[in-house]
Amino acid sequence: MELALVQLFNGIQYGLVVFLAASGLTLVFGILGIINLAHGSFYMLGAYLALTLTSITGNIFLALALGLPLAFAFGAAIEWIFIRHLYKRDHLQQVLLTFALILIFNEVQRIVWGSYPHAVPVPDFLSGSIRLTATLAYPVYRLVLTGICLVLALVMLITITGTKIGRLIRAGESNREMLELLGFDSRLLFRLVFAAGTMLAAAAGMLAAPVESVYPGIGERVLIVSFVVVVIGGMGSIRGAFIGALLIGIADAFGKMLLPGFASVMVYALMAVVLVVRPAGLFGRA
Amino acid sequence: MSVQLSELAPVAKPLLVCSHITTGYGRATILRDVSLHVAPGETIGLLGRNGMGKTTLLRTIMGLLPPGPQGCILFGDHDITGDRTASIARAGIALVPEGRGLFPNLGVEESLTLGARADSKGRNLWPLERIYDVFPRLAERRKHWCNQLSGGEQQMMAIGRALMTNPRLLMLDEATEGLAPKMRDEIWSILRRVAQAHIATMIVDKNLRDLFDLADRHVILAKGEIVFEGSTDKLRSDDTLIHRWLGV
Repeated sequence: MELALVQLFNGIQYGLVVFLAASGLTLVFGILGIINLAHGSFYMLGAYLALTLTSITGNIFLALALGLPLAFAFGAAIEWIFIRHLYKRDHLQQVLLTFALILIFNEVQRIVWGSYPHAVPVPDFLSGSIRLTATLAYPVYRLVLTGICLVLALVMLITITGTKIGRLIRAGESNREMLELLGFDSRLLFRLVFAAGTMLAAAAGMLAAPVESVYPGIGERVLIVSFVVVVIGGMGSIRGAFIGALLIGIADAFGKMLLPGFASVMVYALMAVVLVVRPAGLFGRA
Repeated sequence: MSVQLSELAPVAKPLLVCSHITTGYGRATILRDVSLHVAPGETIGLLGRNGMGKTTLLRTIMGLLPPGPQGCILFGDHDITGDRTASIARAGIALVPEGRGLFPNLGVEESLTLGARADSKGRNLWPLERIYDVFPRLAERRKHWCNQLSGGEQQMMAIGRALMTNPRLLMLDEATEGLAPKMRDEIWSILRRVAQAHIATMIVDKNLRDLFDLADRHVILAKGEIVFEGSTDKLRSDDTLIHRWLGV
């Protein structure tokens, strides 16, 4: 029973981190129409930024404050140099270019940070555990991580539903041309969305860095899970990504506990079931 | 009031001048050397059978299609040839496109106010209250999603949204198409109020009777060229023109 509780917490925490990564992927697909295979690389960028900036500043939160604007600027630059040329092209060309970006980013990662895994320290004041029951303790950082992810999810929700920029994002999703006809430069909006998606993936990578080690290929693992989440939730739906990511996180955690031999398949089995029942995903428009 | 303005049109400085517009998709040429002008506050009917280039002309004016090597479009004091659609819209031209261009995932009020801005002189002639005054049905539906509206309400929404950008030129592409007669009448009465507000309009529509009642001047396109340009009276007095170019 206590193990189940811990796994539930772990599942929610993992799901929320995946949500941050997947939300950027689904935004970029839903609004820009781009299948971005390099999205996992932005998670990796976040993880390694956490590593370097924490070693410089000594604190993961200071690292975040420096790293997120860097990731945003990086995303805007990648959009300007590469992605904007893909809007009118088909998905195959998008996949080819963004796959090439993965190879480049991975090589750069190896040159700069090397092939060995690294650990990012949890800040001292969050390094303890909280007693949940008489025999059970849970790491404080994981709880804080869960809280930060929830706050970010809420900020995203408010931005999309309640702000002018959110209205423009939704309008651009359904009719880019009409947005131009109303006097809005959709190029700027697209760059902003791509940069925000990059920043969200990097935020996930940075926040999760103290919980899991930082290693080469970390981006690809997140990319695949993010795609599963986007497929489950429905392409382009933030709400779907949120529900999908939580389902994935919890399925993964309980799969490891109940069916250890089957755990790695659990997530994909869930996706298969959703695809059979609702081919467009839980919140997707068919 | 608009009749007087059309009489003034030759002397008044035109609001929009298109010259030598040639547009095509791939190898197919849709518009050939089209030139026309619109005076401030003037109401123009843009006529022609299907596929004659009316929509293409409106889209070219909005910068969605290139106007060709000799093409030149002036709006007010600016040369807007080759400008981005967003900046042409900001200069004061609004298009209500065929199919209405709604945002299904936005609410009615959200959509209406999305592009709201004052005109180039900083005046806001179409605040939300006035839109709701002109379109009481939209006021009732303000909390609904755009995809929950009826066809006529969607059209009101599209026109209201365009008016809230305070355009000096409003272009409507088949604004009454597919609407019930009662709804059509309502749209026409709204267009009359727009004309009275001294906003220049260019209207593509199949309902000639209503269009003739409203417009000062007409332009007929056939196979991408202008085959008639003149006042409503001139067009009305010559049935052969209508038979020949519009087939009614």
